[in-house]
Amino acid sequence: MKPVIQIESLKKQYQIGDQEIQALRGVSLTIEEGDFVAIMGPSGSGKSSMMNVIGCLDKPTSGEFYLDGFPVSEAADDELAVIRNEKIGFVFQNFNLLPRTTAVENVELPLLYGGVSAKERRRRAVEALISVGLAERLNNKPNELSGGQQQRVSIARALVNDPVILLADEPTGALDTKTSEEIMGIFQQLNDAGKTVILVTHEPDIAEYAKRIVRFRDGQIIANERVEKRRRVFAEEVRQ
Amino acid sequence: MSFLECIRISFRSIKANGLRSVLTMLGIIIGVAAVIAMVAIGEGTSSSVASQINGLGSNLLIVAPGQATQGRVNLGAGSLNSLTLADAEAIGQKESVASVAPSVNGRAQIVWGSNNYSSSLEGTTAAFPDVRNVEVQDGRFFTNFEVKQQFNVAVVGTEVVNNLFANNGTNPVGQTVQINRIPFTIIGVLKSQGSSGMTNNDDRILIPITTAMSRLTGGNNVGTIYVSAASSDRMEQAKLDIQTTIRSQHNLRPQAADDFRITSQSDILSTAQEVSSSMTALLSGIAAISLIVGGIGVMNIMLVSVTERTREIGIRKAIGAKRGDILRQFLIEAVTLSLIGGIVGIIIGVGAALVISKFGGMSTSISLSPIMYAFLTSSLVGVIFGVYPARKAAQLKPIDALRYE
Repeated sequence: MKPVIQIESLKKQYQIGDQEIQALRGVSLTIEEGDFVAIMGPSGSGKSSMMNVIGCLDKPTSGEFYLDGFPVSEAADDELAVIRNEKIGFVFQNFNLLPRTTAVENVELPLLYGGVSAKERRRRAVEALISVGLAERLNNKPNELSGGQQQRVSIARALVNDPVILLADEPTGALDTKTSEEIMGIFQQLNDAGKTVILVTHEPDIAEYAKRIVRFRDGQIIANERVEKRRRVFAEEVRQ
Repeated sequence: MSFLECIRISFRSIKANGLRSVLTMLGIIIGVAAVIAMVAIGEGTSSSVASQINGLGSNLLIVAPGQATQGRVNLGAGSLNSLTLADAEAIGQKESVASVAPSVNGRAQIVWGSNNYSSSLEGTTAAFPDVRNVEVQDGRFFTNFEVKQQFNVAVVGTEVVNNLFANNGTNPVGQTVQINRIPFTIIGVLKSQGSSGMTNNDDRILIPITTAMSRLTGGNNVGTIYVSAASSDRMEQAKLDIQTTIRSQHNLRPQAADDFRITSQSDILSTAQEVSSSMTALLSGIAAISLIVGGIGVMNIMLVSVTERTREIGIRKAIGAKRGDILRQFLIEAVTLSLIGGIVGIIIGVGAALVISKFGGMSTSISLSPIMYAFLTSSLVGVIFGVYPARKAAQLKPIDALRYE
């Protein structure tokens, strides 16, 4: 299997006031194509910093990071923007959809910055929304959608550019149990279809939907193990 | 990303945030409209002052007595009783002079039946209507014959008529009134001219100057001589002619100072224009303040909306917008809002100026330069304060922009 993420002795430190915080203290991690990894850890463990670096939202202080073979740690700001646009699909805890903008326009945004023509944009955005079960909600604005539906819109937005990895930061944090299960079902389906999924969560039962769990504590990986009894959501249930 | 796409994004964003867009534009609209309307009022007023002064008489020169000195005490302009009817007549002989109206002034109590009224009394000659641009609305003005023969006839202004004959429909022409207990016949009523400055031109009684001198004011001296020059380009010539004429009339030695003063209409005009230009400056100052207030409004809304917009910038950056994309979007948004606001402001400002001149009884004059200044200033404020916070936000790391609360 081809590795999509290769991280070698990655360090990240923040300066808060005159205090220096070591968020990541030399982390090495490889994630292969088609994997479904859950990153877990208590708050302050460095899992969010890890997710920001993997998502190219933040640059590491030192260390090597290759995304799909591309050396991210050396990239300039605008190059990072292109990488985020083409290779990464983000799903956030609080959805981060543009307010007062319809679902289909929200999903179109990455394509817009990717320079795709208007007609093609609309076609692919509609397709992505249909694939997450929102065919009926194309022209609704975020405030007209339930939390689960908003999260589906943001999944559609993450998918629309056919990224190399799908990066989900606490995607079920703002959702109830049943909706959380539906969302995890979508991730499992996408993973079954070959998409690499990286999930950041602090909920053990959500992490069990993944194939592998990487545990962080104090800026270091303390465990990296396969999930023995993996939870499955049946596809039929999700599409209801 | 193409420029066209950028414009599309900006327009979509303006439409999606309707209230914020309208509020931003409102600041610009108010600023621009206020400047245009204020300056239009100011300039309109100064041009109407100019036309009022022109209405005092065409090519008017005013000859007044000089200053008298009594034991080293200067009694001020007009205190000398130096002008006479003979001076006026001599001036009238000059080619550069069209007509001459000498005048004496006083106040008089006018009585009709049980009504009485105090007004200013002016004794003059038949040339007065020509020289001072006065028209008779009812009846007629007195003739040279009546002046020569010291007739007891009077022409009165509308204000006098209103006060004296207010409550009945009596035609004032032909009525006999008592002016300072001397009976006079009213032969005409002057057409209303309104007031110019502090003087109400409708509140006066005109009688033959000879009658006035012999029966009311006394003495042989003329207060003022109004002269109308033959044409506007011969004003200076007329002024010189008047000077030499009166000097020879008064037998003044060459080294002696003039014992009279000549003021031309253009002198008065330039004084009045100074006054009205300082009024325009005042109004422009007020307008500039409203432009600043409008600008601060724009600034506030732009800055306040930055919280929400910082998140938006974070989202856009997270999904692949480059810094340049963000800046371009915000620049186009700010320019669009400023342009629309400016254009609406111009329409409202010009409209307000037109409405004021039509229904507000004030004359307004719209000119291009205040429109340009107001438009450019407000647009600049809009663009600077639209782009500056966006530029700061665009420089944030996407993760910081996303976390911004």
